[in-house]
Amino acid sequence: MATPVGFFTDTTLCIGCKACEVACKEWNQLPDNPIQFRDSYDNTGQLDQRNFRHVRFVEQATSNPDKPIAWSMMSDVCKHCANASCLEVCPTDAIIRTEFDTVYIQQDVCNGCRDCIAACPYGVIGFDSQSGTAKKCTFCYDRLQNNKMPACAQACPTQSIKFGNLADLRKMAADRVQALQAQGVTQARIYGDTEYGGLHAFFLLTDKPEAYALPNAESAVLPGRNDVPGYLAVAVTSVLAAIGGLVAFRRRGERA
Amino acid sequence: MLTEHFVAAPHWEWYILAYFVAAGLSGGTYVIGTMLRLWGDARDLPASRLAFFISWPLLLVCPILLTLDLGQPTRFWHMLIDSRTAGLAFKSWSPMSVGAWALLIYGIFSTVMFVVALGETRSTPALLSRVSKVAGTLAGRVVMVVGALFALFVSAYTGVLLAVSNQPVWSDTWTLGGLFLASGLSGASALVLLMSRRRPEAAETDEKLLEADRYFIILELVLIALFFVTLGGVLSRVLSGGWLVLWLVVLAGTVVPLLVHWRPAWRQRISRNLGPILVLLGVLALRAVVIFSPQS
Ligand code: SF4
Repeated sequence: MATPVGFFTDTTLCIGCKACEVACKEWNQLPDNPIQFRDSYDNTGQLDQRNFRHVRFVEQATSNPDKPIAWSMMSDVCKHCANASCLEVCPTDAIIRTEFDTVYIQQDVCNGCRDCIAACPYGVIGFDSQSGTAKKCTFCYDRLQNNKMPACAQACPTQSIKFGNLADLRKMAADRVQALQAQGVTQARIYGDTEYGGLHAFFLLTDKPEAYALPNAESAVLPGRNDVPGYLAVAVTSVLAAIGGLVAFRRRGERA
Repeated sequence: MLTEHFVAAPHWEWYILAYFVAAGLSGGTYVIGTMLRLWGDARDLPASRLAFFISWPLLLVCPILLTLDLGQPTRFWHMLIDSRTAGLAFKSWSPMSVGAWALLIYGIFSTVMFVVALGETRSTPALLSRVSKVAGTLAGRVVMVVGALFALFVSAYTGVLLAVSNQPVWSDTWTLGGLFLASGLSGASALVLLMSRRRPEAAETDEKLLEADRYFIILELVLIALFFVTLGGVLSRVLSGGWLVLWLVVLAGTVVPLLVHWRPAWRQRISRNLGPILVLLGVLALRAVVIFSPQS
């Protein structure tokens, strides 16, 4: 197996230029978005079958009365979770873990059941009605196989998106948080060290995860948590229903 | 603490609603047919046959609905066979995978019991009659009961499938599998009752079916209460606006049949068919509100 790779996205460096979105669309030949006016500079809206990268514009309140609101941009993407909810539920094994330890949807296997969409806690996957399949960031699997870095990381002019060996990136991220905290950015933190067993696309944030539409550590749970309790409820209901049936159907000799 | 959700909706809509109803009723009627044979007497055989007659066509609709809902319907077989290795595709921890297999296996049992029921009727070929005789033996009963376990599963797993996700409401409760099962059994009793109106010999079992339905309804009401309690903060997702209308239908489909029983004076005043029809509408409304409200 090749070395596990990752994306470290430092939101303090993102300027919201969307070069990553454009590069991703170009390389992956994704269709453009329908024109719509949103109450924001964010006209991409969300990650889906058309957008494998999404620069999220997050408004944060500041303590400065002259500048009460500050923008924070975050280039969002599939997290390529170590324990991936999408991969867990996929009934056809269309979703696989690649030799780079990334999560990939095999388009020729997917039958468009959309169970992965229901499972992904980050709302990453979209359904492409043209191909009839689920789609999301491929981590530029084709480029990785040819020793090229993913298109988004290559295009990012501020190096907000860093691509590389996962272990090196984690070290780099820890150092960056330390440096920022020393500069007084006390809210600086890493998201993705522990969530879902460690995300392969992890982030440096300056606010709580919920502000970036990311579930916090308590909410980052796998779909399988409901497997056993769900089936137990079925088993108990089955037994009670059988007792009801026994009582109702067993009556004899009471009919005229 | 309840999970915070930042998910996208899978857009499971009308085909899935129809499938959940068909699977719930097919599994439910098979179970009723089995229970009548196990615990009833000879007079309950026509109603049991009727249950198996209803169960089979409902089962046939299930794979069609599921296939139509797929983005790539011609790849429906990927649910069962790994298209890369040609081995079996089975994941015990994925309810959709287990459900696909359970539906296939249940289909075999449902077909067998349909044939058995057919063989018991007059004017059937000798071969069918012989099959039916085998069904009366101990081995035949064992087969029927094993089939009932799969029928219970098919009727219920759709609720577990919803729960094994990260969607609001669905994944916030463990009650859906049990709730769909109780509602499916109640709907199945109502369906057999309704159909028995056209078959006087099956109507012998009406009182027993009404009694069983009351137990299933009480079970369903308890599970609905547990469903609400477990939802906590996201309860408003299912109890707001237009969804309340569907809950009223669910309420009518559960409470009215109970009231009719406890207030015999009502029985004379309303049509005999009203109770079962309300129950069936409740089965539909319950699944509709559970499927659609979190995705809206
Ligand atoms: S972020 Fe969603 S789509 Fe990406 S690996 Fe995790 S669960 Fe799968």
